[in-house]
Amino acid sequence: MRDVAVIGVGETEFGELWDRSFRDLGIEAGLKAIQDAKLRSEDIDAVYIGNMSAGKFIDQEHVSALVADYSGLADMHLPTVRVEGGGACGAIALLQARLAIASGMHDIVVVGGAEKMTDVGEVQAAEILSSTADQEWESVFGATFAGLYAMMARRHMYEYGTTREQMAAVAVKNHKNGALNPEAQFQKEITIETVLQAPWVAEPLGLFDCAPLSDGAAAVVLCEMQKARKFTDTPIRIAGSGQASDFLAVHDRRDITMMDATVIAGKRAFAEARLHPKDIQVAEVHDNFTISEILAIEDLRFVEKGKGGPATADGLTALNGKISVNTSGGLKARGQPVGATGVAQAVEIVRQLRGQGGKRQVVGARRGLTHTLGGTGATAVVHIFERGD
Amino acid sequence: MAIPRFWREIQSRYNLIGTKCGSCGKVDFPPRAVCPTCGRRSVGKMQRVQLKGKGTVVTYTVIHDAPAQFEMQKPYVMAIVQMDEGVRLTSQLIDVKSEDVKIGMKVQATFRKLGQEGDAGVIHYGYKFRPA
Repeated sequence: MRDVAVIGVGETEFGELWDRSFRDLGIEAGLKAIQDAKLRSEDIDAVYIGNMSAGKFIDQEHVSALVADYSGLADMHLPTVRVEGGGACGAIALLQARLAIASGMHDIVVVGGAEKMTDVGEVQAAEILSSTADQEWESVFGATFAGLYAMMARRHMYEYGTTREQMAAVAVKNHKNGALNPEAQFQKEITIETVLQAPWVAEPLGLFDCAPLSDGAAAVVLCEMQKARKFTDTPIRIAGSGQASDFLAVHDRRDITMMDATVIAGKRAFAEARLHPKDIQVAEVHDNFTISEILAIEDLRFVEKGKGGPATADGLTALNGKISVNTSGGLKARGQPVGATGVAQAVEIVRQLRGQGGKRQVVGARRGLTHTLGGTGATAVVHIFERGD
Repeated sequence: MAIPRFWREIQSRYNLIGTKCGSCGKVDFPPRAVCPTCGRRSVGKMQRVQLKGKGTVVTYTVIHDAPAQFEMQKPYVMAIVQMDEGVRLTSQLIDVKSEDVKIGMKVQATFRKLGQEGDAGVIHYGYKFRPA
């Protein structure tokens, strides 16, 4: 396999962007990434797009060709690929694009992720999100997406003594980081009390335990390593990638307090990179709910199983803590345009490793990790990045 | 959702029909064509079996933000129940106050209306659970 590096990144602001369409967002992110890489459009071999559900959110399928078209690439007749995999689709698109370059088929691929979620109402958007759970044996009985995560949280509290305050600490930390990110949906700090006093969504999760509905897009340019050095002095190498699946429904999983897909995707990525969790300084993990970040840092072995709550409350995952987690603000504060998530996480890690983190820069960051979930954990993807210089 | 999508599942939703692997004896619900433990060895050996309807609450939640379909029922309790046969499923808990629900409580399946569909309001039914 050939080595692959990220040579360009770009993203839109995230939020409720009423005046921007799906195509506006996809194009802006893509053009920013291409500009960042100093590419000409003739240099591009293919376009990969992560998108969860444009068909349901905006009644538009075939978005891979659409984004390439409106980015001015129609006349180049590039191969374009749209990847679906629930919330993990952006991270899977990145993995597939990496493979296309590693195999020798392509040299330079643009990977985008985009979702336009606010053209439908909140109730409908929540129903679309829950379509990544098991419609026939979970949703039809009244289990919502938040409800399924809430049941993981309840069992985690029961088995490990995790508290609501510890879960709230995830939201507080990520809002604090988001306040330092000019592209984040929520650039405002919150307190533990705000989280605890918010109305219930699904007990024990309240409104501030949940990531928002968002519009937004992100893009990265991937390039074969040797060629990458012609474009940049700081190529960010993809050192390892892992993807894993699991039972679709939460009730069928081996352990409700743990995501085996994350554990295995993490092991695969670390094995390929020949690294260990202690080698990572900065990580973007899938905090669609506060409990999700606690599960992620445990299942990726950054902390011992069951200690994710206390570790967060003690500041181990704070900016420049033992390991900085979700410096962008995460899904909670940066926002959660589903298809964009995996790519936006990669954008943040690349910025951190290049030293472009601004006010939220992690000191001495050389290796970073992204972790992205599909559904309630039936898919997990982990990528490990390192400075290539 | 189209109506056939509901009646296709009637056997399992009305009568708790699952499968038992002829190779390892593990029970699955809903029915599976392939046993997750035995893989190809189980193909053609998955026997239909009816669950007895008794189980234990593994975890639960109270849903406050509900889909349009369940708006009139909120807040309602959802649980993951481990059936006595070993398999787990997701269902509503009824006839119990949310503050009285506990992990480990014994519950029993009961037949209820699950919802109704489309303009015609075609009703679909299935299992919910109540304290045993």
